[in-house]
Amino acid sequence: MEPILRIENIDKYYGNKSNLTKALSHLSLHVNKGEFVAIMGASGSGKTTLLNCVSTIDKVTAGHIYIGQTDITQLKGNALNRFRREELGFIFQDFNLLDTLTAYENIALALSIQKVAAKTIEKRVQQIAQALNIEDVLNKFPYQMSGGQKQRVASARALITNPQLILADEPTGALDSRSSQMLLSSLRQLNEQLEATIMMVTHDAFSASYASRVVFIKDGQIFNELLRGDKKRKEFFDDIIDVVTLLGGQ
Amino acid sequence: MLLRLSLRNIKRSLKDYTIYFFTLVLGVAIFYLFNSIESQSVMMDVSSSTREIIKMMVNFLSGVSVLVSFILGFLIIYASRFLMKRRHKEFGIYMILGMGKRQISWILLCETFLIGLVSLGFGLLIGIALSQVMSIFVANMFEADMTRFEFIFSSSATFKTILYFGVIYVIVMIFNTFSIGRQQLIDLLLSKRKNEQIKAKNTWLCTLVFLLSIGMLGYAYYLVTAGVTQLDSADKIFIPIALGISGTYLLFWSLSGFILKIMMFYKKHYFKGLNSFVVRQFSSQMNTTVFSMSLICLMLFTTICVLSSGIALKNAVTSNMQEFTPVDIYLEKNWDLAGQNANGKQYTQGEIADSHISIAETFRQLDFSIDKYFKDVCTVNTYATNDLTLKDTLGKAFPSIKQKYTFLNTDMAENIMRISDYNQIAKRYGQKQFQLSDHQYMIVANFDNMVAIRNQGLKANSPIQLLNQTYTPKYQTCQDGFVVPSSNESNSGIILVPDQAVNESIRAQNIMIANYKANDKAGCQAIEDKIIALDQHPYSKNTNLDAITRISIYEGSVGIGAMVIFIGIYIGVVFLISSAALLALKELSESADNKERYTMLRKIGTDEKMIQKALFKQIALFFVAPLMVAIVHSVFGIQFCTYIISTFGKQNLLPSIIATVIFIILIYGGYMMVTYYSSRAMLKD
Repeated sequence: MEPILRIENIDKYYGNKSNLTKALSHLSLHVNKGEFVAIMGASGSGKTTLLNCVSTIDKVTAGHIYIGQTDITQLKGNALNRFRREELGFIFQDFNLLDTLTAYENIALALSIQKVAAKTIEKRVQQIAQALNIEDVLNKFPYQMSGGQKQRVASARALITNPQLILADEPTGALDSRSSQMLLSSLRQLNEQLEATIMMVTHDAFSASYASRVVFIKDGQIFNELLRGDKKRKEFFDDIIDVVTLLGGQ
Repeated sequence: MLLRLSLRNIKRSLKDYTIYFFTLVLGVAIFYLFNSIESQSVMMDVSSSTREIIKMMVNFLSGVSVLVSFILGFLIIYASRFLMKRRHKEFGIYMILGMGKRQISWILLCETFLIGLVSLGFGLLIGIALSQVMSIFVANMFEADMTRFEFIFSSSATFKTILYFGVIYVIVMIFNTFSIGRQQLIDLLLSKRKNEQIKAKNTWLCTLVFLLSIGMLGYAYYLVTAGVTQLDSADKIFIPIALGISGTYLLFWSLSGFILKIMMFYKKHYFKGLNSFVVRQFSSQMNTTVFSMSLICLMLFTTICVLSSGIALKNAVTSNMQEFTPVDIYLEKNWDLAGQNANGKQYTQGEIADSHISIAETFRQLDFSIDKYFKDVCTVNTYATNDLTLKDTLGKAFPSIKQKYTFLNTDMAENIMRISDYNQIAKRYGQKQFQLSDHQYMIVANFDNMVAIRNQGLKANSPIQLLNQTYTPKYQTCQDGFVVPSSNESNSGIILVPDQAVNESIRAQNIMIANYKANDKAGCQAIEDKIIALDQHPYSKNTNLDAITRISIYEGSVGIGAMVIFIGIYIGVVFLISSAALLALKELSESADNKERYTMLRKIGTDEKMIQKALFKQIALFFVAPLMVAIVHSVFGIQFCTYIISTFGKQNLLPSIIATVIFIILIYGGYMMVTYYSSRAMLKD
């Protein structure tokens, strides 16, 4: 299977000469189409930096990142914006929904900035809302929704453009356990049914256990990898906990 | 330490709130500018009557200054209140560090004091600089010669400015201290997280309220234009005003919901690019600023009306001058006085005796030589009798007119003139002359409102009785003409009759018109001064000779025009600045919230260009909405103003409206663009 995301030997440094922080060093990683990858690591391990670099929000110091055929480290300005809105989908910890727009409008915005016709927008919003079970909150504002609903609306916004890659940054970070479970189930469902490729950053073993592969990062480098294979989620969770313990826990 | 903290805070807020500081400086400068007019006019070479008018204007302006200081005070307090809100977190951190509320109040006190000091200093400097230019404008307005250029500094205006603004700043300090004292630490620290509740109004209700407000405004518009004749008493004018104010408020209350409803109907447009975002941004902003929006709209409305009709009024009073003051002097004296004078006192023997001699004879008594000073002299008489009143001339039309114009005094004796006398004057004035046959009469008038009323009487073809003879109207309408010079059309009607129709028994006035025997302005002024000096002559207490001179009309008109313009510009500028500054501050203070939203848009991959366009649209909508409503109001408001000032003569409003528009675009548009660029800079970093 061809990898959809190729991270080739990237470095990311912060600071200046006298006080240099190596957030990522010589990190390489391939993600295949249809994979659900969780990136785990303690605070400061570099997992969020990695996600920021992949999501084009931050720039790498050295190395290359390919998404599909495009080297995103070479993109600039509007080409970068265009790539971001057409090929990537984002799910953030704090939802990042626009508080002035209804759920429907939030989801539709992702398409309307791509200049998709209003008719098509309507159809696709209905479709994705059905898939994520948020049809009944479409006309509500973010402040009228629960955290779980908000995150599913945010997921719908990320997915509606059919991006090559969905990037999720601690998507369950602001949710209670029940909502987390529901969201993760939906994500896995999307991953399995629509073959959406998901890269999720988390420090929570439970969330990670929904993924098909877990990559552990420590001090800016890949420390270990776990494949779920045919294991039950519970078994996979235990495996993850073992590695986390080995890592020095969190 | 605290002082240093204050200084650093000021430095920072100067960067963030340039507009606030700029508005303060501008406010101080304008305040000084208009209060220093007296000193500006001191070295101008003007006549004593113009000096009087300037004095009156200065009094007026200082009254207006009180109003202005209230408006600026409100603006400053309002602005500093929401600048404070932005800083709650900062205060919370100070308190966590162990600073007491009193110390925080001290910091604020220092800040307000320093900002006040700096803005006063800058404002006064700019005001003093501008007043040098302004003095040229003032001289121009009063058509005075600038005898010499002198550096003008008004210490009284400076003192007044410092006093008024000092009081405002002290009030701000008190407000700030109170608002800090009331706050809980937890609220201060978390204030940023407290999301403004986005109250989504029911769009159907909004549509309903919107239609209601349109109805109210429509009725108010009707009342001040087509239905204006129904507003026959002063208190009825409050109906359209109340309707207008509440209609405006309801309009802004419902506008965003209504626009949302409409936009959602046109889905194709709504879901195009960032349109949905812009509309929602606009509506959420509108929902939290209904009151300020209405206030701003009404201020803009007042500004537009005051400026455009003020300039028009000035033009009206000065432009018709040439036509309606064809002679240097017009004199009149009542004939055959009896009874009481205007103050309710009996006329003296001397006065009664004098009322039986001609104006020429009176001048002789006053030792004033007509031959020496006057040329083109022409003397005529007017006649009046209680047997011929307005009621009589209206004839059959009287009942319906009396019903419509209840305020009209129809029992006044009509002013009657012999046709030949009138023609003498008309010839001198360069006006049309008329002929009448034996049993005909006619009316000359040029005051529009009275012409309309009289024409109804003439159309009814009512005959009139005069000294037992009957006369019928020659014309079905009033003819254009006048006898008394004035600055505009003010002749409400003179009845012209054949020469033999009247006799000495009903003689009312002796009239003399003349030109001065002088070749230049200075010569005319010298004769004018001599006539004014006649008031000191011992005989003058015996006579009731009234004079209207070209120079006095001219100076009065120029003075009134200039006064109207100055007050209009003063109020207009202050209103405009206040409105624009309120909007700009509101918009900028919300930039923090907006920043998060725009960052989100960036994160989901929106083009920078699209974002800038959305920001511009949002700000433009916010600024244009109250202006648009104000303009629609003004279309009708100006018509009403025109109706009111029609007594000052007809005028073409277009030039003054254009001037007003340029004025508004400069100030208001300037504020809008500065807001846009500041917001853009804020969102970028």
